[in-house]
Amino acid sequence: MSDGKMAILNGKGVTKVFGLGDKKTVAVDHVDFSFKKGEIISIVGESGSGKTTLFKMILGLINMTEGEMFFQEKPRDIKGYAKKREYWKNIQAIFQDPFSSFNMFTKIDSVLLDCINLSGGKNLSKKEKDEKMTEACSFVNLKYAELTNKYPFELSGGQMQRLMIARIFLLKPRILMADEPTSMIDACSRATILDMLLKLRDETDMTVVFITHDIGLAYYISDTVYIMEHGKFVEHGSAEEVIINPQAAYTKRLISDVPKIHEEWDLSTVS
Amino acid sequence: MGKKMLEVNNLKTKYVTRFHEDVYAVDDVSLSIEEGKSLGIAGESGCGKSTLALSLMGYYFAPLHYISGDIIVDGKNISGMKPDEVRKTILGNEIAYIPQAAMNALNPTQKIISFLGDVLQAHDIKLSKKDLLDMAAERFEALGLPKEVLQKHAVELSGGMKQRTVIAVSTILNPKVLIADEPSSALDVTSQKMVIKMMRELMEKGYIKSMIFITHELPLLYNVTDDIMVMYAGQIVERGSAKEMVFDPMHPYAKGLMESIIVPEAGTRDVKLKAIPGTPPNLKKPPEGCRFAERCRYAKPACYLIAPQMRDIGGGRMHRCMMGEERMKEVYSHE
Repeated sequence: MSDGKMAILNGKGVTKVFGLGDKKTVAVDHVDFSFKKGEIISIVGESGSGKTTLFKMILGLINMTEGEMFFQEKPRDIKGYAKKREYWKNIQAIFQDPFSSFNMFTKIDSVLLDCINLSGGKNLSKKEKDEKMTEACSFVNLKYAELTNKYPFELSGGQMQRLMIARIFLLKPRILMADEPTSMIDACSRATILDMLLKLRDETDMTVVFITHDIGLAYYISDTVYIMEHGKFVEHGSAEEVIINPQAAYTKRLISDVPKIHEEWDLSTVS
Repeated sequence: MGKKMLEVNNLKTKYVTRFHEDVYAVDDVSLSIEEGKSLGIAGESGCGKSTLALSLMGYYFAPLHYISGDIIVDGKNISGMKPDEVRKTILGNEIAYIPQAAMNALNPTQKIISFLGDVLQAHDIKLSKKDLLDMAAERFEALGLPKEVLQKHAVELSGGMKQRTVIAVSTILNPKVLIADEPSSALDVTSQKMVIKMMRELMEKGYIKSMIFITHELPLLYNVTDDIMVMYAGQIVERGSAKEMVFDPMHPYAKGLMESIIVPEAGTRDVKLKAIPGTPPNLKKPPEGCRFAERCRYAKPACYLIAPQMRDIGGGRMHRCMMGEERMKEVYSHE
């Protein structure tokens, strides 16, 4: 669908090897990808397939063993802390565990205030900053007045995850990486979080990359799906193509293992 | 009608916090399960699912306290028993319980076979080492687990294998009721399927007589259990067969839950997910009227004042909503 759109992040032969000699593990094995602007991408795989390693490499938290990445069609250069900081203005992340995403000694106002300062609002007046924070909180259906002077641990898991999204709303990065953002919250809060992310994408045209093992979620939210097995992409394409009409045996197995409600769930396929 | 394996009448339990405040986590819960049937319990986090599981066993220790109600396991009322007595006579051979992080409970310094030995010893069953091994091997093979597992330590097993081992060990005495609290939530889809298959086998081979399955994953419940019960703020709001509950929910909360189901099936992509706004009420001071009223799309002024009672509408279906069935049909059809 987004053929005409600009590629925001490309990867070529991205590889990560852990260990040496006999203990060598190839976690990510020469993968190529191309994320376009404004697209929602899901990377689906089981535990141990290397999706979190890839996630960390894209974020620049760990180095690649081999391969290249292109950010906005230019080779990505993140050597040194200053350049990394510059890169992180463009790419942000939401993690699986909302409880450990926040500094527990910092009040919520200052978390949001930091985001405003980082995104170039350092010289705004206090009133303007307050307005911005109120706007960000109301975007995620939180009341700013109720959050002031509170610490992160006073919120529920769903509220914290929404606060993470409020941060993203203030920072407006080009790419948002989300590592299983809904796996620790229950089904009805999940719908809220997903809707907010979709709304955020529509408003700011950011690219969202989901790392997940939930195929149902990938199908619902994404434009493009990459299926990962043992560090390699076995299949990729539009969500409709990959999930409704899978070609690779691995994808077929993954889909058959998910409980469904309109089709019979065949239990005989596992030993 | 089959024989009732577990019957619970108006069970009420509470937590007492360290500030001596009462939190009514299970409030007026009645349920029953017949022989050979399974019951699923669904609901948001914090709605009392896990507390209900603990309360059903009759095994109370601080901060959980029993207030009132009956728990009848296979004709025997266990609600007044002391914790020690419950542990000796009920747990393991009448009710088996698999808590959420069960697979992390395996002692890494012992072999799997010694856990089985411990279970038997705790119930004063004396078996020679060889008999124990034979019995265990037979049971494990019947459930599709290799008998080599018995001689291994927990660290040598994968997550899915550990979980299946825990289930096999805890059902070794053929309990009448198995209570499984999120047994497959921490596993990937393939291991989850193996766990589910094993639980089905337990039922089919008669090792357990009935099962309670707690999870918030509705597609899973739909495929595993005969009946589904939805809990909200410590109360049961609706009960019915799995099919009725998923495709034709009655209570507005149950309806909201069913609308948040995501499955990878053709056509489901275009259906917009609907979220339930707001958060569950504080159970220290539950609302006087309907507990769901504040978040309900269909709430009327009366809903805030009068607490609705559970209504049995026949065919094993019951719900706790003031709207009549006719009115529900009418309201829902306009959407």
